[in-house]
Amino acid sequence: MSEEPIIAIRGLRTQFGSQVIHDNLDLEVRRGEVIGIVGGSGTGKSVLLRTIIGLIRPKAGEIRVFGENLAAMEATERRRFEQRWGVLFQDGALFSSLTVAQNIEVPLKEHLKLPPALSDQLAALKISMVGLAANAGPKYPSELSGGMRKRAGLARALAMDPEIVFLDEPTAGLDPIGAAAFDELIRRLQQTLGLTVFMVTHDLDSLHAICDRIAVLAEKKVLVVGDMAEMLRQDHPWIREYFHGPRARAALGEAGRAEGDD
Amino acid sequence: MSRENVSPAGWIEWRDGAAGGSVVLGGPWTIRQAGAIERLLDRFTPPVAERVEVDLTALEALDTAGAWLVYRTCKRLGADGREVVVTGAREEHDILLREVAGNDNPCEIEPPTENVVVRLLAEVGRETVRLGHETRNLLGFFGIVMSTVGRALVNPRRLRFTSLVYHMEQSGLNALPIIGLISFLIGVVLAYQGATQLRRFGADVFVVDLIGVSILREIGILLTAIVIAGRSGSAFTAQIGAMKVNEEVDAMRTLGLDPVEVLVVPRVLALMITLPLLGFFADIMGLMGGALMAWASLDIQPSLYLERLQQSVTFWTFWTGMIKAPFFAATIAMIGCFEGFQVSGSAESVGRLTTRAVVEAIFLVIIIDAGFSIFFAVVGV
Repeated sequence: MSEEPIIAIRGLRTQFGSQVIHDNLDLEVRRGEVIGIVGGSGTGKSVLLRTIIGLIRPKAGEIRVFGENLAAMEATERRRFEQRWGVLFQDGALFSSLTVAQNIEVPLKEHLKLPPALSDQLAALKISMVGLAANAGPKYPSELSGGMRKRAGLARALAMDPEIVFLDEPTAGLDPIGAAAFDELIRRLQQTLGLTVFMVTHDLDSLHAICDRIAVLAEKKVLVVGDMAEMLRQDHPWIREYFHGPRARAALGEAGRAEGDD
Repeated sequence: MSRENVSPAGWIEWRDGAAGGSVVLGGPWTIRQAGAIERLLDRFTPPVAERVEVDLTALEALDTAGAWLVYRTCKRLGADGREVVVTGAREEHDILLREVAGNDNPCEIEPPTENVVVRLLAEVGRETVRLGHETRNLLGFFGIVMSTVGRALVNPRRLRFTSLVYHMEQSGLNALPIIGLISFLIGVVLAYQGATQLRRFGADVFVVDLIGVSILREIGILLTAIVIAGRSGSAFTAQIGAMKVNEEVDAMRTLGLDPVEVLVVPRVLALMITLPLLGFFADIMGLMGGALMAWASLDIQPSLYLERLQQSVTFWTFWTGMIKAPFFAATIAMIGCFEGFQVSGSAESVGRLTTRAVVEAIFLVIIIDAGFSIFFAVVGV
């Protein structure tokens, strides 16, 4: 059972009007791994994420999550599966009229009949788990910094104890220290909660620090999937440029350079 | 031995043992079961014992919500002075339990609420201060716009002609259908209401005076101003507000462009040119609506209607209406733009300020209208 991929995409085609974003795209995500999706601007990384979670309808192809084809399901049944994943949007996408704690309670109140005291306790627990101070709970999103909003968004994504977490550029807009701390947080939560993490990112440091595998999106499909060492061995010009450029060298340090030169 | 529940959900039971006893947890303890488990826990009252063992061997599944409940149960058992030992936890469950234990930091859900009376007073005070500031800023803004318009008129190269024409089309030409329809219908309503009242005095024909004077002096132009405040005033706030959120206004400043000159002047001038024209159009449509209804319900022929209209309407009846149009236009456009510049930060404030712009614009239009009425009464037209 654990052999079966938790997300399996086959022959996916997405297009807006006449503009084809993905064509015949295949990708498998294994249970319990952290997969990083990279690609140039406009290659449809975020579109892929949104297609998997059902915000965009594909033109063709099949997406199986938890072994089920969600697109073919009734809306009510699909909603049950949707509770098994959490999504962190780029800037947190917190509801601005609710406090952080209330934001986290939204899915709990919507989907479960929990006693109010318990749902308050669980919200406080999630706030603490993502590394926010207790005084962030009664604050409104507009009173938080970008990094805190992301943490709060992550707490909301984790509210229903999901199996998969989708992260859209989790470290974009954070300072390097904040980004490193966020990487570490994701890694720690992934390990303690046994999560599968699907992460769209540009951050070479994150890729290096926390991703088990990396999928490169180019030419409308997934070009290669593999770990960092495999990326460094690739000959495709874009991948070479990406993983051997000056920024990559800095991020990967000595190890990367040695491997890249051979 | 008393098992509390025998459902496929999570369960908890007490077993007597040598040195005290043990609490055995089993089944899935996950967020989906949390509500049911919480109710079980409320009823679960373990006997008094020195030492309690919490046995997790039978746990089938555990997530953070379940781990929280386990942790809280242990804490509760320990609070009565018992010695609590957790046994039989699987490795991944143990990790979760430690994670949860390390994050027991209760927090408030909502900001503290103040006393109602205090809050009311504070709110009144805050609003008053805000209103004062806003009035001052608005007057300042009017001044800036006026001087910029003046400069643009002296030096017409500073006038953004393309932008001006674009806004005239957007807020003038495109508003013709709605303004025409509303005025026509108001003319119909006015004729019908007037007819039913005036017929009782046998003064049917005076319905033409009623329609002519009221539409030309007041209704045509006031209605146009109110529709335009809702249609274009709000659009100005939203457009400029969105640019403000997007930092486009700041970018303009750094590039040496004057936002007032680029954004406000074309909008203000466009509305000052188109609102009188729209008002005139509304007058005509209103009179036509009235004519139609007078003919249909009172049998006043259009020729008679026209003749009667010429007798009752003077030069000044028409101009007292039209003269107000540019003032209304300037007020609506400037408030729309001013509130647009007040937008800060989030998209939420765009919505709030758009509402405020419409309310303020309509309010001021009516105030100005009242002022004009008094003025005309004093000068006797």
